[in-house]
Amino acid sequence: MSAELVLASGGIDCHLMSGCGFPAPGAEIFQFDAVFSFTVGSLEFNITKVTILLFIVVVVLLGFFLYAFRRPQLVPRGAQNVGELGYLFIRDGIAREAMGKEGDKFVPFLFSFFFLIWMSNFVGIVPFAQIPITSIFAIPVAFALIVYLTWVPLGIYRQGFGPFFKNMLFPPGVPKAMYGLLAPIEFISNIIVRPFTHSVRLFANMFAGHLLIASFSVATFYLISASVIGIMGSVASFAVTIALTGFEILIQALQAYIFTLLTAVYISGALHAEH
Amino acid sequence: MMNVFAAVSTAITASGGEGGEEMPSVLAVPVDELVIGIIAFLVVFGVLGKLALPKIKATLEERTHTIEGGIKRAEEAQAEAQRSLDEYKILLAQGREEASAIRTQAQADRTAIIEEARAEARVAAAQVTAAAEAQMAAERAQATASLTRQVGEMAVGLAGKVIGQALTDDARVRATVDDFLADLEQQAAR
Repeated sequence: MSAELVLASGGIDCHLMSGCGFPAPGAEIFQFDAVFSFTVGSLEFNITKVTILLFIVVVVLLGFFLYAFRRPQLVPRGAQNVGELGYLFIRDGIAREAMGKEGDKFVPFLFSFFFLIWMSNFVGIVPFAQIPITSIFAIPVAFALIVYLTWVPLGIYRQGFGPFFKNMLFPPGVPKAMYGLLAPIEFISNIIVRPFTHSVRLFANMFAGHLLIASFSVATFYLISASVIGIMGSVASFAVTIALTGFEILIQALQAYIFTLLTAVYISGALHAEH
Repeated sequence: MMNVFAAVSTAITASGGEGGEEMPSVLAVPVDELVIGIIAFLVVFGVLGKLALPKIKATLEERTHTIEGGIKRAEEAQAEAQRSLDEYKILLAQGREEASAIRTQAQADRTAIIEEARAEARVAAAQVTAAAEAQMAAERAQATASLTRQVGEMAVGLAGKVIGQALTDDARVRATVDDFLADLEQQAAR
């Protein structure tokens, strides 16, 4: 059952006092039917609303930055100003912050992550789109997987296989007796849990935010009825929906920033021994 | 890693799916969506990293260089201006000194020239005076001589007439006349 279908069937005729329970939105609002499908090799691709939105986000993103940086001027104006602001934010605020001057090489990588994630999050409050692409778990997993497959080989390449794991599992400055306890914890936290937390942090935030907005939107509609409490509740829910939407704008940017900053920190740790 | 997710998602679906409705868990990671997500990032990374970001990186570096170059040029220009000012001041001081020397020299020259002119004038005046005096003396002498002769002749004539005899060319007469004239001259000189 698709998200639209659930909201529609639960929504229109279902109000307070009409003998209808509150149709609380659940996990089903994150499920979308395939618009069309095609098969490449043995893998069937289901193109859903989310995939189409992701495609649009990629096109808009590329369009904007290719336009903004088409002929960069020494004295910037218009779109170049905005684009430069973004570039300098990533370079100075994330890359150099985490890795120093060496971070300049990774600016395109971090830049792509930040803006792709930010825009994917932002789609959640764009009318008619109204689903954060990153609240579909596979998308943050894909991003975290790319980061994981970047920093681990990078660390092995830069430090060498032995030193890379030795630095990670046996950090210096710790009593030798502690290594028996520390090494497994470090291994689990860095190699196994890290990509999971990296993706879940982004996913869970966007998922929860969207669910909250959806709940209050449904409540606004559900509470419209011939009763004072119902009307008051509806107005209050509407106000909360607006407030949450504003809050969500903040969270969207913040989560994109956190994901990108962590990426920079992981890469930085791979370039040099952490301690 | 995908196996981990799959296991987790299966577990959640199994425990939560009491409605019997076949609803995939929100933690499910369909391979097609995963692949699409990876492709989306790679496209963004590839296009921006190849086409857009190198340009802006170059521009930002160029801007930094321009600004640094501008500052350097300004510093050079300032140093140059300072050097010119110093040079100018030195030249001005030299000029002043020279002017003062020239003025002093001119003053001295002027005095000398005036003195010379004055001396020349004095000499010339003296010459003129001397010439005039000489001429006057000559004329007086001539006049005196002529007068003396005429007076002599007149006196002799007169005396001849008085005495009634010609005393011409007589030595005594001449001596008498000369005495007379010498008396006259003495009187005139007195």
